[in-house]
Amino acid sequence: MTTTQSKSSAIKGILGTKLGMTQVFDDQNRIVPVTVISAGPCVVTALRTIEKDGYTAVQLAYGAIDPRKVSKPSNGQFAKAGVTPRKELSELRISSTEGYTVGQELKADVFKSGDLVDATGTSRGKGTAGVMKRHGFSGIGAAHGVDKKHRMPGSVGNRTTPGRVFKGKRMMGRMGVDTVTAQNLLVHSVDAQENTILIRGAVPGPIGTVIFVRTAAKSVAGEKVGA
Amino acid sequence: MNRLDAIDAKSLRSDVPSFRPGDELKVYVKVVEGNKSRVQLFQGVVISRSGAGVRESFTIRKISYGVGVERTFPVHTPIIEKIEVVRKGESRRAKLYFLRNLTGKATKIKERRGADGELTVEAQYVAAVAETPKVEVKAEPEIAEETSGDVKVVTAKTDNAESKA
Repeated sequence: MTTTQSKSSAIKGILGTKLGMTQVFDDQNRIVPVTVISAGPCVVTALRTIEKDGYTAVQLAYGAIDPRKVSKPSNGQFAKAGVTPRKELSELRISSTEGYTVGQELKADVFKSGDLVDATGTSRGKGTAGVMKRHGFSGIGAAHGVDKKHRMPGSVGNRTTPGRVFKGKRMMGRMGVDTVTAQNLLVHSVDAQENTILIRGAVPGPIGTVIFVRTAAKSVAGEKVGA
Repeated sequence: MNRLDAIDAKSLRSDVPSFRPGDELKVYVKVVEGNKSRVQLFQGVVISRSGAGVRESFTIRKISYGVGVERTFPVHTPIIEKIEVVRKGESRRAKLYFLRNLTGKATKIKERRGADGELTVEAQYVAAVAETPKVEVKAEPEIAEETSGDVKVVTAKTDNAESKA
């Protein structure tokens, strides 16, 4: 834990857009499946400090937006930071705001090849889904006299005691459009000029989703543990 | 997908000859053993080719000491030193999996002599690749030349074949 804290000032983050997946060849000529993220440029719009806010963080803004669509209060926030309005805002929790200044621009090269990152995005919406798809229930038998109940949840409770269905009982309902984080993904390569990050493997959400890429929380400052 | 095309273009090779199922190829494969690298030859018949772009792959089959051996390569993989087309084979199908059940003389594929409709298909594919903007700027002129060349050959030889028939 101490090592994590001492190195946590090295926690980095950037907002970007998922451009899709493809494959590339690595230095040993193996095929690597990668997700391409168009990362940044992001701009620092505010610094959160212990004294003022009770926690330490950097507020990052990303993406183009029609200035007419920005509300007056948030327009004021952007004006205070001295930047043009952006579409997305996110806060990166760090132990010290050292090295960050309001108005500073962040590009894809905050990360380098070999870093471990977490990618947070919004998952694909599935609409109303049954318990088998939504919670992985087994359903009911396909045969042996089962009548039109093949994908049903089965019993949801007992009898007179307790006489009700417990809160939190998993049932059918809206599925997807959740904030999902994929942890410990390997950064395959970073193109500072094109501002793209190639992340090994899949990242939540459809193409066009805004992705928050951060230094992996469960590794020591983004270095592969034991490697 | 423009942005991804630019990324894929870095992995694409420009030195891949045009070949199709039924053709016999010599594939020079780089083999790394420890810290030494050497080139191994794999010669056989292309029995399938699938996918497109960086994902495109082909399967090549040969009989080695009486045992059928198949290898599947990505078309654009850097482990291939070079590909040589030894012989063009005539095939009416895209997948020659039936060769797996045949032995000896029955596996022989008739040689393709120019007059083939599928070369135009190949040419169309190359043309389509050439059309997509900014994919592999270096390779574009070469491919374009090849395309025009192929098309000419095809039309000329088709006429010959028809007149013979």
